[in-house]
Amino acid sequence: MTTLRIRDAVKRYPNGVEAVKGVSVDVGDGELVVFVGPSGCGKSTLLRMVAGLEEVTEGEIELSGRVVNALEPADRNIAMVFQNYALYPHMTVRGNLAYGLRNRGTPKPEIAAKVEEAARMLQIAEFLDRRPSQLSGGQRQRVAMGRAIVRDPAIFLFDEPLSNLDAKLRNQMRLEIKKLQRRLGRAAIYVTHDQVEAMTLADRIVVLNGGRIEQVGTPTEVYSRPASTFVASFIGAPPMNLVDAQLDDDGLQVAGQVVAHDSAHRGPVTLGIRPERAHLVAGGAGLDIEVAVVEELGAHRLIHAHLGGHEVTVAQSADEPVPAGRMVLSFRPEDLHLFDRGTGVRI
Amino acid sequence: MKKAQFNSRWMPYALLMPQMAIIGIFFLWPAAEAIRSSFYLEDPFFGTGTFVGFENYSNVLTDPNYRRSAVFTAAFTLTVVFVSLGLGLLFAVSADRVLRGQQTYKTLLMWVYAIAPPVAGLIGVMLFDQHIGPLTDAAAAIGWNLQIGVDYWDTAVAITVVSAWKQIPYNFIFFLSALQSIPSSVKEAAAIDCRSETRRFWTVTFPLLAPMTFFLMILNTTYALFETFGTVDLMVQDQPGNSPVTLVYKVYRDGFRGNDLGGSAAQSVILMVLVLVLTIAQFRLIERRVHYS
Repeated sequence: MTTLRIRDAVKRYPNGVEAVKGVSVDVGDGELVVFVGPSGCGKSTLLRMVAGLEEVTEGEIELSGRVVNALEPADRNIAMVFQNYALYPHMTVRGNLAYGLRNRGTPKPEIAAKVEEAARMLQIAEFLDRRPSQLSGGQRQRVAMGRAIVRDPAIFLFDEPLSNLDAKLRNQMRLEIKKLQRRLGRAAIYVTHDQVEAMTLADRIVVLNGGRIEQVGTPTEVYSRPASTFVASFIGAPPMNLVDAQLDDDGLQVAGQVVAHDSAHRGPVTLGIRPERAHLVAGGAGLDIEVAVVEELGAHRLIHAHLGGHEVTVAQSADEPVPAGRMVLSFRPEDLHLFDRGTGVRI
Repeated sequence: MKKAQFNSRWMPYALLMPQMAIIGIFFLWPAAEAIRSSFYLEDPFFGTGTFVGFENYSNVLTDPNYRRSAVFTAAFTLTVVFVSLGLGLLFAVSADRVLRGQQTYKTLLMWVYAIAPPVAGLIGVMLFDQHIGPLTDAAAAIGWNLQIGVDYWDTAVAITVVSAWKQIPYNFIFFLSALQSIPSSVKEAAAIDCRSETRRFWTVTFPLLAPMTFFLMILNTTYALFETFGTVDLMVQDQPGNSPVTLVYKVYRDGFRGNDLGGSAAQSVILMVLVLVLTIAQFRLIERRVHYS
């Protein structure tokens, strides 16, 4: 079953700017879908269209089999967690959690039970009578999640919920969000610009760029078979090396060197190789490169090298000897990605 | 405590002097003089006064005119505060909801505030004028013969309306800025949590405006009590005998028109105590219920 269907959604503002240019995505039952992309790619706008906070210019939003375009946010059976928590500062934590239920006319004993349960699940039971101003950032984030949980929605909407937390807390909360979503078994959309969050949380990733979908796929698919140079450079850290190349009858021409390649494609291409899939060896088949800078990161190191006019990054384990001078860049043919140089689309 | 870094030990006192002098000359000295005068039967022609003890106070408190004026002032203050806060809030909420041309709308509403108070007062008086006032004409159309400065109640209505009207743009500006400082995500969270917009306003928006409302309430009370002097003076049109006057205006009238300087001083001392009590009460009672984030 499908919880949410977005059909050709378009968001056009009165000033003519198109933030979302015809996007179609499905979110299955219990599935966690991550919208990821740089700022201004339309991911938050799309999420807010699902929530009902932005009007849908064209297209349809269908939630649990019902078109919700014209429904008020409160009638959509969604719950949203905001980046800056958006707690009601004048209410206690208990009041924050209960507010939505009270407005729906839920009986008092039931509200109390739901609030207690959510508080226990999120370990905020001891703060129930405090106000948000007396809580730390992480605790506030938990309250915001609690407010979403008590609503028992068809779908959870997360709008960059961890951006205001420090790095350590972010990792911890990321894991908790995933566990919680699994436990509740509800569909969720999670918006982020952080590709690590996208990779670790998602059942499926939707990569957005300029209001359009670049690629939809599992984290593994998006990582191992990026659909475009945009996705290739956005997903993965450090980003994939992209080098201008030419495919002809001899193989792949890269910076004046030739590598055998069995592609039937001919013409200018962009060659991509992930830093962690490339190796530096003293000799043998591959591309000659010149090591420029070595960055030690503890468990592994990054080597920045020159390949013709391009800079290429290679990641290697710290156990390997530190490379220097002229080396050969070696790789397995299946780790090469080829993209059309003009359109950036995968070949 | 750490010692301050001054070359001369007199320097800090010298720096404090101007402020202390202003407070002393313009507040403490007149206040002390008022308290002293309130115990004397003062000679209006700069002669020496006669000590009369609490007679001025007992005269004031038993005077039916004073009581009438006090009742009017209380009703007037409550009405002005309530009406000007209510309408200021209403306009601010409306302006906040306007999507197109919001800037123009805001500027138009704020313009009124940029008009000098006496000019605004004069405009208000003209609106109620016997001969050219459109409001008088409007009242006449429904069979109400508005007679400002002649009829007690008509004058009371006019004074109240003009005083409240002058204060609305002031409250509007403060309410609007308070409304716009509520994070949009909090409003959005409320939109998801609560279907009814009215309920949302009273349960989320209004409590978040409470600190501002409290602040404005104190300012508006002070305004209605003291700063409406000019409006009252213009409205009663030199015929304060049968017209409703505020306590502050009565202090002026009895002191400078009636030449009863001692009685007038006693009135101002009572007023001083009243304002003190009122302010403390407001802080005690209401601030406890106000949430400052």
